[in-house]
Amino acid sequence: MFEPLLWIIRRDLTIAMRRRSDIFTTLIFFVIVVSLFPLGIGPELETLRLIAPGIVWVGALLASMLALEQIFSADHRDGTLEQMLLTPQPVSILVIGKVLAHWLVTGLPLVVMAPLLGLQYDLSAAGLGALMVSLLLGTPALSLIGAIGAALTLGLRSGGVLLALLVLPLYIPVLIFGAGAVEATVSGLGGASHLSMLAAILVASLVLAPLATSAALRVAED
Amino acid sequence: MTDAAEPALQIDRLACVRGDCELFRELSFAIGDGELLHLKGHNGSGKTTLLRALAGLLLPESGEIRWHGQNIRSLREEYSRHLLYLGHLNGIKGDLTAVENLRIGAVLDGFDLDDKRAWQVLGDIGLRGREDLPTKHLSQGQKRRVALARLLVNSARVWILDEPFTALDVAAVQLLQDVIHAHVDGGGIAIVTTHQEVAMIGEHTRTIVLGAGHV
Repeated sequence: MFEPLLWIIRRDLTIAMRRRSDIFTTLIFFVIVVSLFPLGIGPELETLRLIAPGIVWVGALLASMLALEQIFSADHRDGTLEQMLLTPQPVSILVIGKVLAHWLVTGLPLVVMAPLLGLQYDLSAAGLGALMVSLLLGTPALSLIGAIGAALTLGLRSGGVLLALLVLPLYIPVLIFGAGAVEATVSGLGGASHLSMLAAILVASLVLAPLATSAALRVAED
Repeated sequence: MTDAAEPALQIDRLACVRGDCELFRELSFAIGDGELLHLKGHNGSGKTTLLRALAGLLLPESGEIRWHGQNIRSLREEYSRHLLYLGHLNGIKGDLTAVENLRIGAVLDGFDLDDKRAWQVLGDIGLRGREDLPTKHLSQGQKRRVALARLLVNSARVWILDEPFTALDVAAVQLLQDVIHAHVDGGGIAIVTTHQEVAMIGEHTRTIVLGAGHV
């Protein structure tokens, strides 16, 4: 069961490495969006500190949504997706592999880049730490939940907009607890409870999202 | 569960609809081991739809498809284990090399294929010297050959091939014919659509024509 999982991850990472431009678009989008706010608002550190968690998290949310379409569309176009549905492997395992590879390519760079962007908002060291941990727990959940939407809108024209409408409402809990964790840490309350909620969301989506995604993929190939 | 005389794959009063258009209904037939089914019909008569239904990719409007007496919908992965489907799309990644494509396909199909064997098979199918080029740099016919290389390494009992001869040159057509006939002679099942009449003639060949009355 784990061998196919590892092969899928390796396959998708190899493909991603051979077409690197796709990786950077997500990351650069994130950097630009998050950097625009300090420029627009001006150098009032008090205000910036206040809005930092929300802005960085919304930026990460939009960036990860932007990347969602790529999860299955190429495989759908060249027929490898229908071949995956016809293998003796459980489809949800293959989905987990694909989402994990997708997160490594598009989500993990956001986590790594976030503290650097947080500096623009004068976040404290504790705040930056909380930001990183919350993104580390939150962005995989975003990828897992988003994969359902990506599978549902597969092969549709103007699927991109529909995907956003489907997925963004589902992202709200992750946003609330993600930004909440940073805020609570900065204000000295401690973000542990928010982070546990994020972890719970991650576990729940790890169990449920692949099942929903594989059902949606079967419909898409019908 | 099933007696030996029962054909492996049974199609029972199958009906398929695409859009608002009914392609066929009350389609029943059975295929046993060692049989080659040549599916014919004009464009749009539902050949591809039928093949996709047989592969389990498409849910028929009514009727059922049984593998050794059990509906393939309930068998799912258990049925996929015995199946090799090759559709209009080659199902290979342009960014991966032929060897990588073949090996990943093998792992997903549940068996191990080492590098040496992959190179050898790709050489046999006429891709010598192209084994580790990204397949997006190959011609249509060469891509098709990469996809067809799966036939040489797979141990699936049922082959479902949708227009396998397209884009192939004469030598490759001959090779593919031989491979299909060898598979059938070895007790396998092959279901093939093609417009190349000659290619399919053999002693175990049966023909079904879609769109011109029913079987």
